Amino acid sequence: MILVTVGTDLPFDRMVRVVDDWAGETGRRDVFAQIGEGGWEPRHMRFAHFLPPKEFAEYFTSASVIVSHAGMGTILTALYQGKPILVMPKKASLGEHRNEHQTATARRMMEVGGVNVAFDEQELRAKLDRLDDLASGRKIGGFASDSLLSGIRDFIFSSKS
Amino acid sequence: MSASPQKVLAISSGGGHWVQLLRLRPAFAGCDVTYATVRGGCRADVGDAEFHVIHDANRWSKLNLVRSALGIICLLLRVRPDIVITTGAAPGYFGARFGKWMGARVIWVDSVANAGGLSMSGDMAGAFSDLWLTQWAHLARENGPRFLGSVL
Repeated sequence: MILVTVGTDLPFDRMVRVVDDWAGETGRRDVFAQIGEGGWEPRHMRFAHFLPPKEFAEYFTSASVIVSHAGMGTILTALYQGKPILVMPKKASLGEHRNEHQTATARRMMEVGGVNVAFDEQELRAKLDRLDDLASGRKIGGFASDSLLSGIRDFIFSSKS
Repeated sequence: MSASPQKVLAISSGGGHWVQLLRLRPAFAGCDVTYATVRGGCRADVGDAEFHVIHDANRWSKLNLVRSALGIICLLLRVRPDIVITTGAAPGYFGARFGKWMGARVIWVDSVANAGGLSMSGDMAGAFSDLWLTQWAHLARENGPRFLGSVL
């Protein structure tokens, strides 16, 4: 199963439309999309506007590939579960997000996390056509880096009165 | 060291901010932790720990900002934390700002999503945070934010 997600905030019709066209043309029936409140409703995929966290987690666990906006929640969960993930950055200039950080996030996560990125619709379509070859990113553990955890911990327990 | 454990309020908005906050949990071992975020369904993520739902907010809706701020003030009055730690965004900023006024020490961990520059709230939080962190080495500055590592 392929899980498509736009995140918990604004819809991302530009991405959903490309995946829906691709599903329609290739006859893929195993695609499920979470499209956001007021999102454009796909014709060739099952979808929900939102999923409760528990249900979303179940879809995530059973998915073989994740197609997503460049949101860190989804990226971290995919890297932790060792699932291949293809992300497309939302653009604030198109009203898809509140600030323009996702392009920079995606570029960095491509470098340090081995995340697959499509920067526009054409690239997304091209990468969907090779979806079965998609590599998973760098596997991460369940928690933050030791240096960050011990830095926070040292601070919490310093100057305790 | 006193006998009573440190009271920690770990607070954030939803989505990626919450996922990042959860990845910091080992740092709170031995503390009395209360978690707060914007979706009730996240309760299951923290097991038996104290958990509260707060209103979400962003700078595009004044009404939601006020509602979120009031709820967070009530929560702070109840919890009386020694430490407020947040990964953002607006609700985390409120928790940190008001928590600081009430005498808590504040830890701001700017979201790893902000790879190109600090978030607006993260930038503002620098003025009063006791531990002000970015998750990207290239964004660290001499006067803060500091870089100690990331949730990755």
